[in-house]
Amino acid sequence: MSDVQLALDGAAFDGLVQIEELAGQGMITLRGDLADDTIRASVNGLFGIDIPAQRGTAFAGDTGALWMSPDEMLLLCPYEGARAMADELAEKVKDAHALVVNVSDARTVFRLKGSMLREVIAKLAPADMSPGVFEPGELRRTRLAQVAAAFWMDDARNARVVCFRSVAGYVFGLLSTSADDASAVNHFTR
Amino acid sequence: MSTRVQTQGRLINRDRPVSFKFNGTLLNGYLGDTLASALLANDQMLMGRSFKYHRPRGVVASGSEEPNALVGLGEGDRFEPNQRATTTELFHGLTATSQNHWPSLNYDVGIVNNTLSRFLSAGFYYKMFIHPRPFWKHIYEPFIRHSAGLGKAPDSESRDADRYEHFYAFTDVLVIGGGVAGLQSALTAARAGAKVLLLEQTAHLGGRAPVDGGTIDGMDPDAWVAKACEELDALPNAQIRTRTMGAGVYDHGYVLGYERLTDHAPEASGPRHRLWRIRAAQIITATGAIERPLSFAGNDIPGVMLASAMRDYLVNFGVSPGDRTVVVTNNDDAYRTAIALVQAGLKVPAILDARPNGGGALMDDAKALGIRVETGAAAVKVKGAKRVHSVCRGVQAGDGEVLEEIFCDAVAMSGGWSPVVHLWSHCGGKLFWDEGQAAFRPDHARAPTSHDGAPFVITAGSADGEMHLNAVLQNAANAGKTAASAVGAAKGDAAAPSGDAPDEAPLVPVWMMPQGAPRKLRTKSWLDYQNDVKVSDVQLAAQEGFESVEHAKRYTTLGMATDQGKLSNINGLATLSHALNEDIPQVGTTTFRPPYTPISFGAIAGEARGEIFQPIRKTPMHDWHDSNGAHWEPVGHWRRPYAYPQPGETVEDAVQREVLATRNSLGLLDASTLGKIIVKGPDAGRFLDMLYTNMMSTLKPGRCRYGLMCTENGFLSDDGVVARIDEDTFLCHTTTGGAESVHAHMEEWLQTEWWDWKVWTVNATEQYAQIAVVGPNARKLLEKLGGMDVSQDALTFMGWADGALAGLSVRVHRISFSGELSFEIAVAANLGRALWDKLVEAGQQWNITPYGTEALHILRAEKGFIMIGDETDGTVIPQDLGLDWAISKKKTDYIGKRAQQRSHMVDPKRWKLVGLETLDGSTLKDGAHAIADASNENGQRNTQGRVTSTYRSPTLNKGIAMGLVLNGPDRMGEVIELTAGGDDTVKAKIVNPVFFDPEGAKQNV
Amino acid sequence: MLCLECPYCGVAAEETDLHPGGEAHLKRFGPESSDDDFTGYLFHRENPKGVHFERWRHVNGCGKWFHAARCTNTLEVFGTYSAQTTEPPKDLLDTIRAKRPGFTWRDIA
Repeated sequence: MSDVQLALDGAAFDGLVQIEELAGQGMITLRGDLADDTIRASVNGLFGIDIPAQRGTAFAGDTGALWMSPDEMLLLCPYEGARAMADELAEKVKDAHALVVNVSDARTVFRLKGSMLREVIAKLAPADMSPGVFEPGELRRTRLAQVAAAFWMDDARNARVVCFRSVAGYVFGLLSTSADDASAVNHFTR
Repeated sequence: MSTRVQTQGRLINRDRPVSFKFNGTLLNGYLGDTLASALLANDQMLMGRSFKYHRPRGVVASGSEEPNALVGLGEGDRFEPNQRATTTELFHGLTATSQNHWPSLNYDVGIVNNTLSRFLSAGFYYKMFIHPRPFWKHIYEPFIRHSAGLGKAPDSESRDADRYEHFYAFTDVLVIGGGVAGLQSALTAARAGAKVLLLEQTAHLGGRAPVDGGTIDGMDPDAWVAKACEELDALPNAQIRTRTMGAGVYDHGYVLGYERLTDHAPEASGPRHRLWRIRAAQIITATGAIERPLSFAGNDIPGVMLASAMRDYLVNFGVSPGDRTVVVTNNDDAYRTAIALVQAGLKVPAILDARPNGGGALMDDAKALGIRVETGAAAVKVKGAKRVHSVCRGVQAGDGEVLEEIFCDAVAMSGGWSPVVHLWSHCGGKLFWDEGQAAFRPDHARAPTSHDGAPFVITAGSADGEMHLNAVLQNAANAGKTAASAVGAAKGDAAAPSGDAPDEAPLVPVWMMPQGAPRKLRTKSWLDYQNDVKVSDVQLAAQEGFESVEHAKRYTTLGMATDQGKLSNINGLATLSHALNEDIPQVGTTTFRPPYTPISFGAIAGEARGEIFQPIRKTPMHDWHDSNGAHWEPVGHWRRPYAYPQPGETVEDAVQREVLATRNSLGLLDASTLGKIIVKGPDAGRFLDMLYTNMMSTLKPGRCRYGLMCTENGFLSDDGVVARIDEDTFLCHTTTGGAESVHAHMEEWLQTEWWDWKVWTVNATEQYAQIAVVGPNARKLLEKLGGMDVSQDALTFMGWADGALAGLSVRVHRISFSGELSFEIAVAANLGRALWDKLVEAGQQWNITPYGTEALHILRAEKGFIMIGDETDGTVIPQDLGLDWAISKKKTDYIGKRAQQRSHMVDPKRWKLVGLETLDGSTLKDGAHAIADASNENGQRNTQGRVTSTYRSPTLNKGIAMGLVLNGPDRMGEVIELTAGGDDTVKAKIVNPVFFDPEGAKQNV
Repeated sequence: MLCLECPYCGVAAEETDLHPGGEAHLKRFGPESSDDDFTGYLFHRENPKGVHFERWRHVNGCGKWFHAARCTNTLEVFGTYSAQTTEPPKDLLDTIRAKRPGFTWRDIA
């Protein structure tokens, strides 16, 4: 799909961590009672994952689910099929009072790669990034400097940061400034 | 003279000479020096002039409490005024200039104030400049502004060359202060298993102990400090940050740490300062104590220093401030200075001890070294100008009779020690007065409390008021243990090392020296060096009725300088209480406020500068606008094109061209910033009926309706088009500024009032790019792109349809904010640019013209459409704007309905919306007032209305305006007078606000 | 700077992640209400030095509104609780009564 244009055209930066704007990530917002059997079964049937618990993340191959609030999930899937997935999910949960919206274009996703990723985030977010406190499996919604954002760690050296598309340039600027090679804090690693 | 001695200097590296400039002169020091120690080593005792009297001043302290040695540091973009020489680490190429003098430090004309000082007493400004009143503006104020200000402000054109950052840290136990108490607290807490972060404001750990001597567990303090640091370094749960000051303690364990990364190495890359935003469960403040000066005449002459500071310069930097030093004291500690000086081969002609019986073991040691000790003695005055010349000895119990003049070139003074209780006090910790130590100490029973109601700050070591090495270590270990157990860590060894140091005899408080000093001496006894406040000033304030310590402080400016009275507060307080004949605790202290010492604005701003000063929100078409000459307008955090001036065209001309091109052929608008909120559920219709003044539940799927939204107090807050997607689902468009706030408004009502209603919302604003295709040729353009039926029959006015255009999935809304045939096309944001490009390309044959926000405004104003933020300002209700048609009469309730029934809201005298046309065709001024007869009681002209929107209409070729006017709709055709700048007025006729195509013929095609 | 635990997502959120929403448990008065009732609802607010019940929104986090019981004087937080209630939970009131004997707030004592 040559007409697709990312917010930053795949921007990248290399410093304390490597930062990369990821190519389209399919995202579907689901609002509903996350304990509802129909909703749980529908999500599992389509995405192959169980709805994660409070602040949790769940992944299965190229799909995933992020716990956003007690009645909101952000489901991840390949960008190209997102609209069809959303339509299908909406159809499956139509009797359950739920709202399904394809929001694959609303956000930008950055990958942070490297052992200093905790530190880079801790310069911007009022969140405890200490090992043992924040670990893979948890999604944190908070702010990065002046804008709302969410992030999770895939493993000790990989994290993904999500922000709204309109502020992608701002967030990329924040992350790359914080990842400047000469600005290591060495707080989490010594 | 002050000079470098050959011995001592534990912090300097004599193999690493460093050259620097002071007032243009090249000087040399060593790596490890502070600017103050290096200046002293170069016999530069005179470091600045005082603020008010321009008296010559030298360094008096050795740390962050220094009031005198303030310099302008750096050059050009890196120039900073008021930097303390005592906390400035020397580096190669450092450039410093002294302050508050003209033409030079040595010869200063402002010193005339010193001669006039008896006319410049406390409250001088208040008394002098009050009469005659007319003098204020042109004579007094310019004079005061000229003489006010400490240091020189950086050049207004300069830009900070450095960068800064924040860091969020979380810890169980935060220890502030890296002296032996801080280290011991950290060790105890870390051994117990708590996560510990220790901050030390200087580059060195160990604090005063290595200078003051004694032994810890039989070790030299330096060796013990090294061992403690080694253990902390090896513990995975402990971390030390040097050059990091604990600046302030705030609610719920929040602490600001100020890390100075490159101040000592400005050529290093990376951030200059880092602001640590720390959340700590427990905070231990091991911030030590500060020595107090003594109040004798001439105590500000360069060469008079705190005894501890003189010892620091000698031991830490190998600098002797004088060859012959008289020590004046009321306690034992100052004897250490005398002993150190003599052991370094320097002369101490006498120790003047104010105590009738002198001191203890340290006095004996001094005497054994052959030092002459005078007990019950006083320094009646110090003689000298830019340098100490001699000390006049008298008796402390006397009234200033001089018994002997002792020639010397330096004076070491000590009035006792005050615990640094600032951080304890920042968040509400209270103090008690310890009579024996003559000091305020933390009152443990009244500690600052946190979210759980439990204490969260603990003081350790001499910050807690313990002054003996062994007691300091015991106290610190206890603090570490208490903090650790408060966070549930109780492992390990909580035993304290033993400290061995001589026992000290008690001090005797001395607040004035000598006790019966006559006025002549009191007017030369300084309390606050930086603000030039003397003993006599505080006494005068008390005499004039400024009895509250807070009043006396402001009247005299005691403690209000950049050092925040670190040296002067207790002495000033004691002087005030003495003058009031009250006890010190009854008079109380002033409030301790953060930061402990000034921190840079850069650190506070952190990363927020330049490109990332604030978020700039960009639509998917932003880059196109940018490369096509957009003149930007900030709309909230968004940047929207105001207009697209072509080469050689003014912005105003571009706006006029864009309007005409749209009216006559085809315009294109990036409307992506409009809010798009999806509302779904069985109760969605009912919910929107409450949210909008209109009836939304009757809207048919496939149709759009313009709606108004009010707040509960009745005022119009937002507007937009609602599209019904299906039986259960609505898409609510909001204004650009309303996307987040309207969504928040919806969620607030759903979560906190109608939580049993079945409604979900999603803010999908950023999912879509939205493009308005506007003008008589709009349909032709869409048909040319092809993919869906947009004919008049298939997509009627106020309808919407899903489909495809040029192969892209779109939702097309046939709505109009311009009165033209208009389609608003929503497309996935990542495809926004592609659709925009296709529209621009295909639209060339109709001279497609992208237009900006100003053309948008003119197009809507010509049609009499209101704009939130122009016609509304938070005090306007829909009824004021003639929007009664959009207010449902059938509904029993909507948000704001009850408020619109209040008496003032139904007052027929409320100004109402009308159109205004000047008689001469000119354009009214934005915000112009419609004037009425007569004036009000303040002599201001009465008004009967105001302009809310005004433009030059290219379509009608004249000025058009909307405004709110008293009884406006009933006065059609009447001519009123409006302000036109200055005393000018202009006449305008009240007309229908719909200026163009009132039948709507153009949009219904 | 306050730190409040969001009862919906469990995060101990600092004030910069939160949005204050004023007094809790206001009863809405609509079109049929008296002037006095409506004025009270729209304008009259408690401003105690001591125990207070407030609304907060975890705006940068999960987006949920919640209630907090807090001492405005010492900033002690007695608890946070659901926004979907018209009065503080009983166990929270018991906690507050134990810590602040004799406190009153509107009709609560």
